Amino acid sequence: MGFPHQPHPRETTVLSKYFGDAEARTLDGWKKRGGYKALEKALGMAPADIVNIVKESGLRGRGGAGFPTGLKWSFMKPGDGKPHYLCCNADESEPGTFKDRECMRWTPHALIEGCAIGAYAIGAETAYIYIRGEFTEPLYWMEKAVKEAYAAGIIGKNAMGTGKRVDVHVHKGAGAYICGEETALMNSLEGRRGNPRIKPPFPAVSGVFGMPTTINNVETLIASAPILLNGADWYKKMCLSNPKSTGTKLFSVCGNVQRPGTYEVVMGFPFREFLYDLCGGPLHGRKFKAVIPGGASVPIQTMEEAEATLMDYEGFVEKGSMLGSGGVIVIDDAQPMVTVIARIARFFAHESCSQCTQCREGTAWTTKILERIRDGEGTMEDLDTLLDIAEQMTGKTICVLSDSCAVPVVSGIKKFRNEFEALIQGRRFHPVAAAVA
Amino acid sequence: MTPELVGGLESPDYASHDRASHEPYTQVFTGDVRRELDELLKRYPNKMAALLPALWIVQRERGWVPEEGMVEVADLLELTPAYVKGVVTFYTMYHQHPVGKYFIQVCTTSPCGICGAEDVVKAFLRHTNAGELGVTSPDKKFTVIEVECLGACGFATPVMVNDEFIESVTPDRVPDILAKLT
Repeated sequence: MGFPHQPHPRETTVLSKYFGDAEARTLDGWKKRGGYKALEKALGMAPADIVNIVKESGLRGRGGAGFPTGLKWSFMKPGDGKPHYLCCNADESEPGTFKDRECMRWTPHALIEGCAIGAYAIGAETAYIYIRGEFTEPLYWMEKAVKEAYAAGIIGKNAMGTGKRVDVHVHKGAGAYICGEETALMNSLEGRRGNPRIKPPFPAVSGVFGMPTTINNVETLIASAPILLNGADWYKKMCLSNPKSTGTKLFSVCGNVQRPGTYEVVMGFPFREFLYDLCGGPLHGRKFKAVIPGGASVPIQTMEEAEATLMDYEGFVEKGSMLGSGGVIVIDDAQPMVTVIARIARFFAHESCSQCTQCREGTAWTTKILERIRDGEGTMEDLDTLLDIAEQMTGKTICVLSDSCAVPVVSGIKKFRNEFEALIQGRRFHPVAAAVA
Repeated sequence: MTPELVGGLESPDYASHDRASHEPYTQVFTGDVRRELDELLKRYPNKMAALLPALWIVQRERGWVPEEGMVEVADLLELTPAYVKGVVTFYTMYHQHPVGKYFIQVCTTSPCGICGAEDVVKAFLRHTNAGELGVTSPDKKFTVIEVECLGACGFATPVMVNDEFIESVTPDRVPDILAKLT
């Protein structure tokens, strides 16, 4: 709902309706707003029916990959005699993304409800919410809400008096971007270094503690409650473009823009109107230059591409990028692209777990070369070297952190080559001149 | 450890580590804290899974995670001290040496970077007298570091002071923020 600003009339607030509403954080307040009705309904249904409704709704993973949620849940085979686990990925660390933080600090009970529904649907009695260590405020509210929910018998060994067991535990991370990768998250939860695991085996076969596991993003789990209450058709109808992308999506907007914040729109919303109307357009006297629409690891869009984009999974791909996590980073004409990209590379170099050579060496060298170009000490050959390294970093490692570092570099050189060349040829970036032009 | 032996790695952080490690270590997991850990263990199917939470408790009680703390945790969770150290060194939030009373983390990743985070870092370094990143100020009050994405990019520049999260920090707010801490 445009939080921390007033909601915009063109938003559709399903998940973000109560952002900024302090009363919604408490159990009583949440119940007054219709909370835990979906869980009550869910616990009275057969797990397979829940999975089918979610499948039918078209809900896809909101963490970045966009995998169909119902299908993922259906991989968990009932009656295999093993304990199943649900992990909620609340390790939100993708630069530009801060939607899950708002969900957890304003509507913690919504996440407990989503976790309980998800756990029950996949035959799990335990759900772990893995929250990044830096999120002290969301952690405070989540722990408080979990305590309240246990005390009220909503979760626990006799959830809502149904005799079914659903435990929800909060687990605090300790500072590692890579733990947002699902297999690294499982390792971290087990008390290991957060190194991603080789797949297969996939988590649904052997996940956390070696048992069948499903990992879902915060936003995905929260969305399951209104879907159960209102039906798959209601959700499916929220679609402005491609029928493969349904429902509402939270977009967190940051960077050089009038009203940064978390917005909720129906899938397929025109990106141009989103940026200029909802987010208020560029800062005074500036123009937008580029957008990174799905967190730092997706390709950079030029404004020409961005303004022609319809905001859904397919729409962003059609216009040279990806929906990713919905973390929209807006860059204006005062920012030198090389500096922006070099800083992104530094982030990935810092966060590489160093397991794979391509990633450990690739992210470090990419950063060094980009920083030397930024400082006016680059050569034209450096651009070819960067592209060559990027190729070696793509599709060759255990997880996609390496690819994620290569993506903004390759798209940046392709789309803003003139800025790289100008720096190499000794021409400094002059933001004021750029604004006039 | 003498400064000559650590060569290029010598820094004020190592010096303070050296002093602190000679202070006698008292056990963390006694009484209520031990019961807190026992409660935590119930959440997981094995002891090892309580490692990250146990290390957080050590840091809360001692301000950092000394090697003796790693040994204590290893004994309780039936792990080797070497294994525990391997985990501690993977995660950036466990302090492996003492830090200032106020540990200040300024986000400087790209989204904050394009909104002026570098100037916020400079303001903190100047006003705390820490001077350099990662170095504790002479009065032992402040340690300032740059941190990768704090996940509050719409509130550039977010800053964490110990467990407190402060949004939308600009260089001119820095003196006020620090004044409230002292």
